[in-house]
Amino acid sequence: MMVKDKFGFSIHADNQVNLDKGDYSLLQKIMAAEPGFLNCISCGSCTASCTAASFTDFNFRVLCQNVRRGQNTNLMNELSKCMFCGKCRLICPRGINTRKIISLLHKELSNTMQYA
Amino acid sequence: MEASARLTELGFNVVLVERQGRLGGHVDNWDFLFPDRKPAANILNPLKDAINYKVEVKLSSEISSIKKLNGQYVTSLSTGDFIKTDAILVATGFDLFDAVKKEEYGYGIYEKVITAADLEEYFSGKNGHKLLRKDGRGKIGILHCVGSRDEKAGNEYCSKVCCVTGVKQAMKLREYFPGYEVYCFYMDLRMFGRYFEDLYKEAQEKWGVQFIRGRVSEASETHDNKIMVKFEDTLAGKPMKISLDLVILLTGFVPAAGALQLKELLSLETGKDRFFKPVDEHLKRNHTSRQGVFLAGACTGPKSIAESITEARAVALEISSFLKNNE
Repeated sequence: MMVKDKFGFSIHADNQVNLDKGDYSLLQKIMAAEPGFLNCISCGSCTASCTAASFTDFNFRVLCQNVRRGQNTNLMNELSKCMFCGKCRLICPRGINTRKIISLLHKELSNTMQYA
Repeated sequence: MEASARLTELGFNVVLVERQGRLGGHVDNWDFLFPDRKPAANILNPLKDAINYKVEVKLSSEISSIKKLNGQYVTSLSTGDFIKTDAILVATGFDLFDAVKKEEYGYGIYEKVITAADLEEYFSGKNGHKLLRKDGRGKIGILHCVGSRDEKAGNEYCSKVCCVTGVKQAMKLREYFPGYEVYCFYMDLRMFGRYFEDLYKEAQEKWGVQFIRGRVSEASETHDNKIMVKFEDTLAGKPMKISLDLVILLTGFVPAAGALQLKELLSLETGKDRFFKPVDEHLKRNHTSRQGVFLAGACTGPKSIAESITEARAVALEISSFLKNNE
C-alpha cells in the first residue's frame, strides 16, 4: 500500500544534491588535460560575454560548476548550444582556457555518450 | 612622513625626498576616508605638522643615482643636491591602475565612466565637474576589481581596499544623489578590516545599495547617453544587462612607476606581483637584502592608510636599531 493511501501524505525524493554520490570521473578527465578547470572563481564573465547566452539559456559557468560537483546530466544538450566563438576565453580573469574545456567536454561526451 | 617624524623623535636626522611638488601622495586627493568617514585632511595635517621644521623635505626631486661610499649611501637628486645617509627607507607607495587599459569598460571613451579617484576629486570639489543632477533620478553602477584579480590586466593580486572604498562611495552617492539607485558589481566582497562589515550592512540597510555578484563583461553607450553594462548575476544564474547614468570603476593598486627605478638603483627584489619583496613576510617585513635599505607602506603591496602608518612606526624602530648597532 502506498504511503499516501495509508496516511494521506506522500514522501518526496530528497531534492538536495548528495555530493557523496556525485560522478567525478568526467571532472578528473578534464582536470588531467586542463588543470586550470578548478581555477574558476565564478565571476560570471564567461556567461556575461557569451554569444549563445544572449539567445539561449546556455550558461557555461553553471555547466562547469555542475561538472565540478559531479553532476553530469544533460551535458551534451547544454554543450550543443555553444557556438565556439571563444569570447569567454578572452575575458576570463583567471586565464582559464574555456574553449579547450568545451572541446574536451565534447570529446569525452562523444566517446562515452553516458552523460547525454 | 610618519616614519620621518618618528625617526626625528628618536634623535636622527632625516631627509625626505618627494618626487611631487607636495607631500601627502594619494591621500591628498581623497575627500574622506573609510571606515569612519573622516576627512582626509584630518590625517594629513597632523602628519605634516609632525615633520614641520624638523625634517629636511626635498620636493619635486627625483633620484638620479645612489652609490655606496665608505659604508654610507650617497644619493644624488635631479635638483643637483647630494644626500649622504647611513640608511635609506623606500616608501614609493603605489600608482592607480590605468583604467584606459580595460578598454571594455570605456574609461576615456564615455564621459559617464569615471574612476573612484575621479569621484573623490568630485566630492572634494577639486575638479568642478557636474556628474549628475542633484534632483535627478536614475541608476549608478560601481564596478569592483578593475585591474585587480585579473590575469588579462597583468595583475592577479587583490588590491584589498577597493571593496570597502566602493561601499563607502556607494553610501556617499546615495547621500549626494538621493534619486539615484546604486548597484555594486563584485566578485567577492572582502571586508577585512574592523567596522568594514558594518559599513557593508549600513550600505544595504540604511542606503538601499544593491549588491550584484557578477563581474561586468563590457560597457557600451546607448542612444540616450546611458551606459549599458552586461554581467551575469551569478547568484541568480542569469546573464543580465542594466542601463546606468554613471559608472564608477574601482581601480586597484600597481607598483609606483618610480619604484622600478629604485629597484634598479638599489638592486632590490620584487615579488611576482612586482611590488618590493621584504626578507620575510612575518618577521622582517620592512627589511631588504641590502644592508641599511628598508621598505614601508604600499611599495610592498596594497595597504590601507592605517596599515601604512603602523608600518611607518615599525620601520622607524627597525632603522633606529640598525643605526645604533652600526655606530
